[in-house]
Amino acid sequence: MGKLTIDGREVEFRQGQTIIEAATDSGIDIPHFCWHPSLSVSGNCRVCLVEIEKMPKLAIACATVAAEGMVVHTKSDKALSARNAVMEFILINHPLDCPICDEAGECKLQDYAYNHSTGEGRFTEEKQHKDKRVELGPYVMFDAERCISCSRCIRFCDEVAQETELTFVKRGDRVTITTFPGKQLDNPYSLNVTDICPVGALTNRDFRFKSRVWDMSSTQSVCSGCSRGCNIDIWVRKNEILRLTPRHNEQVNSYWMCDHGRLDTFKEVNSESRIIAPMLRRDGTLMQANWSEAVAHITSEFKAFSSDEIGVIGSAHATLEDNYLLAKFAKEILKTKNVAMPSHIKHGTADKILITEDKSPNALGAKLMGITSENFAVIMHAIETGKIKALYVMEEDLVALDHKFEAILAKLDFLVVHSVVKNATTALANVVLPAASYAEKNGTWVNINGMAQRIRPAVATQELDRSLDGMSLSRLDKFGTNFDRWGQVNKIDARPSWSFITMLFNSFGHKLKFKMAEEVFHDVAKHVKEFHGLDYDVMGNQGAKISLVAEKV
Amino acid sequence: MAEKKRLKDLTLWEKMYVPEVVKGLKSTMKQMFQPRFTMEYPEVKFEPVGSYRGRPVLVMEAGGEERCVACGLCSRVCPALAIEVQAGETDREKERYPEKFEINMLRCIFCGLCEEVCPEEAIVMSKDYELTFSNREDAIYGKDKLLKPITELQDRIDFLRSNK
Ligand code: SF4
Ligand code: SF4
Ligand code: SF4
Ligand code: SF4
Repeated sequence: MGKLTIDGREVEFRQGQTIIEAATDSGIDIPHFCWHPSLSVSGNCRVCLVEIEKMPKLAIACATVAAEGMVVHTKSDKALSARNAVMEFILINHPLDCPICDEAGECKLQDYAYNHSTGEGRFTEEKQHKDKRVELGPYVMFDAERCISCSRCIRFCDEVAQETELTFVKRGDRVTITTFPGKQLDNPYSLNVTDICPVGALTNRDFRFKSRVWDMSSTQSVCSGCSRGCNIDIWVRKNEILRLTPRHNEQVNSYWMCDHGRLDTFKEVNSESRIIAPMLRRDGTLMQANWSEAVAHITSEFKAFSSDEIGVIGSAHATLEDNYLLAKFAKEILKTKNVAMPSHIKHGTADKILITEDKSPNALGAKLMGITSENFAVIMHAIETGKIKALYVMEEDLVALDHKFEAILAKLDFLVVHSVVKNATTALANVVLPAASYAEKNGTWVNINGMAQRIRPAVATQELDRSLDGMSLSRLDKFGTNFDRWGQVNKIDARPSWSFITMLFNSFGHKLKFKMAEEVFHDVAKHVKEFHGLDYDVMGNQGAKISLVAEKV
Repeated sequence: MAEKKRLKDLTLWEKMYVPEVVKGLKSTMKQMFQPRFTMEYPEVKFEPVGSYRGRPVLVMEAGGEERCVACGLCSRVCPALAIEVQAGETDREKERYPEKFEINMLRCIFCGLCEEVCPEEAIVMSKDYELTFSNREDAIYGKDKLLKPITELQDRIDFLRSNK
């Protein structure tokens, strides 16, 4: 550990750190475009020029290694005028696109133009014109005029995605980004370039023009696409998810997430096929019912079966809290040992970056709650042979896993299914319960490495109130009223699975008083040794490693 | 004890009453023959000048296209949260356009901030002050009611440009 002085403040640094790294670690912000903490140093934007005493010229903070006793000034006259000159230079050929640019509102160039430039340009000539709508790949759109040639996108592909796809071509003010001949920007992580591009040159084609960033709320959550559990922000406007972006967590996903997680995991939440109310099968057809009818019906039906005739299927897509109460329900009320969950492992689909083989976010968590995938096949076989006559399925579409199951499930006398959307399994059910999706409830997932991480509601269901339940609010949520058209959002009457199971417990005469997922988690922390000492505050927004004492992962 | 005096006692002339009534009638008669300012609205309509702030409208170019690029700044600045804009993508050279543009006229307070913030001179205050609706839904004006040919808005645009 050495010490240097930045703007009169003494700052510690590790051997080999650059000035900008040392500054960032101690919370001092040195303006930068091309430098990124997780990419190599390129040093081309020159915005991080700082004055260092005893050095004849200004130096770039991103490429100058910190040394003992160094005295750095980031706000001296010399540094400020250099920064202003760099800003003026970058803006020479930058179009006045902010009104039509998706980046506006979260644009580094906009911010710096306000904070680090005098706002005066002397360039009166015609700006350099370039291509404005270039499809670099299936998901990314490129606007060459807005590019400030920082090379972050190129370095990302080379270093993080490990696919050489992008490069600079031409020189001087005509320099631009393009893909190599015969290549596309189509690596599985391609959309991360839209996050790290400091300007609006690279935009997400799936999100383009859907909303202004200042009109959305963002909620800290976790991606449901695989067992990595990348940390994400869920961006919502008018109770509809519009995009997901990765959230920094060095222990899990660094700054990145994969395109599949970003694009394919949230569409279900706002889909047309959401189940909007509990349904009971009457005379062969599923009819809408209310929650207490559903509870009463399930209670009376299950009483007609012996414990051996009942099976219970949990889910690695559901939360720890859901699986905990389901396992407890199976053990204490139904008194059955036929409990399992299907596995979502797809062999050979993992890579060395983030994507894992297990396409569910909480397999380890469910396992620790006592629900494993080992005897799933046994249960399905028992249904086929008629030993199991009643099945309780939580948040799994069994038919989608294997079409054989359609005929097998049809043999059941009684089938209860919790599900977010209508599917081939709910079509066979006697009782269908609308489950709150991962974006509509609090809960915990445990990732492949044993990181217990919280998910939070970003979309309101009928039982949730954005402000009363502490959900994040957008500008419109804060100031709108129910009389505004944009205030009249579509809220679904879905409930988290743990909350419905609590109702069942009570209906079976077993008092349970859980009102919040957090209370269920307290119970988990008390009874499951891996979770001792954890609670929602300890997990916070960066997660907490569980103690895998006996477990080998 | 001195008798409490009024601030001003009526004079004998005033106490006689009738002359003062005549004075009042004289004033009334005089006014009857003055030129009239009252307008017989709605038979006669008031035509405001360029500086008037009637309901906000969207400028429609000669080709029938809107100028608005759906940047959402008017919606952001509107203190009454009256404006909702949904952007969409087109193949035209101006790639962004308002798929939906609604102003809730029950909310609008005619402050003109939307007009002031617009980077495209695409929303301006018109001379239209006749706003009647019989239910809340009708008070939400969509693009059909908001788009006005630029020729009808020239007064306002001239006024804005001369006061930049
Ligand atoms: S990149 Fe930033 S500064 Fe450039 S047009 Fe977009 S928002 Fe404006
Ligand atoms: S496209 Fe964006 S990230 Fe890539 S070089 Fe240009 S400004 Fe940098
Ligand atoms: S400020 Fe102007 S360009 Fe932007 S959305 Fe409003 S009317 Fe359209
Ligand atoms: S006039 Fe004022 S209240 Fe009405 S839309 Fe414009 S900014 Fe909003």
